[in-house]
Amino acid sequence: MKVLVTGISGKVGQLVCHALRAGGHQVVGVDRRAWRGAPEGVVIHECDIRKRGAEDAFRLERPDAVIHMATVTHLTAQSEDRYRINLGGTKAVFDACQRYGVKQAIFVGRHTYYGAAADSPLYHTEDEPPLGLETFPELADLVAADLYAGTALWRFPEIDTAVLRVVYTLGPSRSGTLSSFLRGPRVPVILGYDPLFQFMHEEDLARAIVLALDSRLRGVFNVTGPQPLPLSVIIAQAGQQPLLVPEPLFRSLLGRFGLPRLPRGALNHIKYAVVIDGSSFRDKTGFTHQHDEHSTLAAFRRALAT
Amino acid sequence: MRLPTSPEVEARLARLELPFNEDGLDPYGIDRRRLGFMFTSFGLFYKHYFRCRAFGVENIPKRGRAMLVGNHSGGVAFDGMMVIASCFFECDPPRLAQGMVEKFLNRIPFASEWSSKTGQFTGLPEHAVRLLNEDRLLMVFPEGARGTAKLFVERYNLVRFGTGFMRLAMATKTPIVPFGFLGGGEAMPTVANLEKVGRLIGAPYIPVTPYLLPIPLPARMEVHYGEAIAPVGTGDEDDQVILEKVNAVKKSILQLIERGRKGYEAR
Repeated sequence: MKVLVTGISGKVGQLVCHALRAGGHQVVGVDRRAWRGAPEGVVIHECDIRKRGAEDAFRLERPDAVIHMATVTHLTAQSEDRYRINLGGTKAVFDACQRYGVKQAIFVGRHTYYGAAADSPLYHTEDEPPLGLETFPELADLVAADLYAGTALWRFPEIDTAVLRVVYTLGPSRSGTLSSFLRGPRVPVILGYDPLFQFMHEEDLARAIVLALDSRLRGVFNVTGPQPLPLSVIIAQAGQQPLLVPEPLFRSLLGRFGLPRLPRGALNHIKYAVVIDGSSFRDKTGFTHQHDEHSTLAAFRRALAT
Repeated sequence: MRLPTSPEVEARLARLELPFNEDGLDPYGIDRRRLGFMFTSFGLFYKHYFRCRAFGVENIPKRGRAMLVGNHSGGVAFDGMMVIASCFFECDPPRLAQGMVEKFLNRIPFASEWSSKTGQFTGLPEHAVRLLNEDRLLMVFPEGARGTAKLFVERYNLVRFGTGFMRLAMATKTPIVPFGFLGGGEAMPTVANLEKVGRLIGAPYIPVTPYLLPIPLPARMEVHYGEAIAPVGTGDEDDQVILEKVNAVKKSILQLIERGRKGYEAR
């Protein structure tokens, strides 16, 4: 199958590309970043997914399937740009899928969709609405993109659409939201809170995405790896040092003394857990993770040390 | 940080049937070492301070899902702690009773951390259903905060029961083990509840005792477990049907309290 991957130059995008090729698929990519060292035979259209060039890629390549993973988090882009990429980009990709006869589309979203709040349950299932947007408006564009991608299921019934809500990834690449949070010299945590964090090895995620493609998955699915761990355990096993800060002090310290810069609403995400139930995806695809919580953290730890 | 754990608790923990990983963490983040410390301190209260006695523990299933349903007794949830302790110290193999706690607790630093690491989760139907479907032991006080707010003179009365627990028990086919709890009112004789002060820290109220502080006296406590009630139905029945079943549970709790009271007051 010919598969077009948006966001292919990202770390997980590259892994998906390799996994697709290993599975016998032909891969083309769209990304505004270059991928030096891309495997031979992988054509990369260097352009923004909302621009003309991306549509040209669809027209020229005529892919059978599209994996859309060109979304950005609050850590890498300012809000206006982010809103345009995440929501505008998702719309552009699905419109192109319909126009150029793509048969299968996979939107790779995030488990933070469900939001973090004091009274939100552990192990969210796919039917649950997002929570906590009022305290974390920065998440709105990812939530909107996720829900918008889901509308393709009834708007374009001819396309098999899968919306994947995936947990944080960790691994040798040191990229991703959780990695960035853990990477600093000191990891700030809020005194008196130790929420569960759910993560999976980035290679496992790449395999899961390819499995979703091969299983012609349709619908909305949570994608999970090993069991969640408390933040304190993750920090310790990653070989990092926590910095325990009382909440009132926390806000004023962010972005100083080498601490990461976080939007205010992100505080709930380090006070309360976002834990999702990935059993439906596992049942449908037969997916099992190959890296457990310890080997994933060990790989991340080794990468941090180099 | 190493938390002190008594050898007895350590031995019982080893027989606790929870799916811990090699670090002693279960999929909900329940932490074996925290449980060790919790049960060591609960044990001191259970055995020495409140000299708690448990009757009818054989009614609690050794394995599989069950719901402990009882009355609230006392201004702070020492009743819940002693029920949890009784399931750990008296059941064989020991079981972890998981309470459905008030929402405010998870907002308070340290309380949030301790409750979530010892399996005492926010009282949400999603949590209850999931835990029961995984064959865990749930502890429910259908009186909720209305129940802990009972004053000393009302200590043996039951206030209005919520009906959610019954629908959940029916939907998940969970046997209900009723229990009557005695002594919480004596340990913390509440004469008034300060609601406005409570709201300042996010709690529903702060209980006031004749000696002002909400600190429990070393009153004796007893928990009487009754025969399990098997729920019949789907949980989608009309309110009237559910209410009848709830009242039946309420009645058996009242009987357990009345029966226990004779011996308790004679002791």
